[in-house]
Amino acid sequence: MAMDLKEIEKLIKEALPDSMVEIQDLAGDGNHYSATVTSKEFSGKSKIDQHKMVYDSLKGKMGNELHALAIKTKE
Amino acid sequence: MDQQIKDLINNEINGSEVCLFMKGTPDAPQCGFSMAVSNMLKILEVDYKGINVLENQSLREGIKQFSDWPTIPQLYIKKEFVGGCDIVKEMYENGELKKILEDKGISFKK
Repeated sequence: MAMDLKEIEKLIKEALPDSMVEIQDLAGDGNHYSATVTSKEFSGKSKIDQHKMVYDSLKGKMGNELHALAIKTKE
Repeated sequence: MDQQIKDLINNEINGSEVCLFMKGTPDAPQCGFSMAVSNMLKILEVDYKGINVLENQSLREGIKQFSDWPTIPQLYIKKEFVGGCDIVKEMYENGELKKILEDKGISFKK
């Protein structure tokens, strides 16, 4: 199963409305992405919590429909 | 979550100072992300235990609940969840990983 790049971006933006999201399809197979997410919501939070916020926005798709998403978060 | 799996995870993180829950083994990782974290620990000459989640389906799902983290690998240092591949890589690159090892009294190549 694969997931569309736009759908990932949409889900992250729904959860973090102020965020800037840059997504790359690393292998061109719709299965291995990297996302750089910049949001003020990350301020004061640990990296683990920041990444969890992104995982949460994907509503359980991470590890299922979405096999690989490398995440980078910035404040 | 199954108590047996919880006990198993607790035994692992209590039993080794540095534990990597991974796909495959340190000598034969079966996923690029697991291999990446494994390699960083090897470069730093950290003595760690690799726990292959592919050998136990309940462990594979259990560790995700235990850490509240949806992906594997997962690195624990002195019972504390440090992160998955992206976070560990970032910490390796910016020197924070060495700092944690130092702070927690784990020996590594300086």
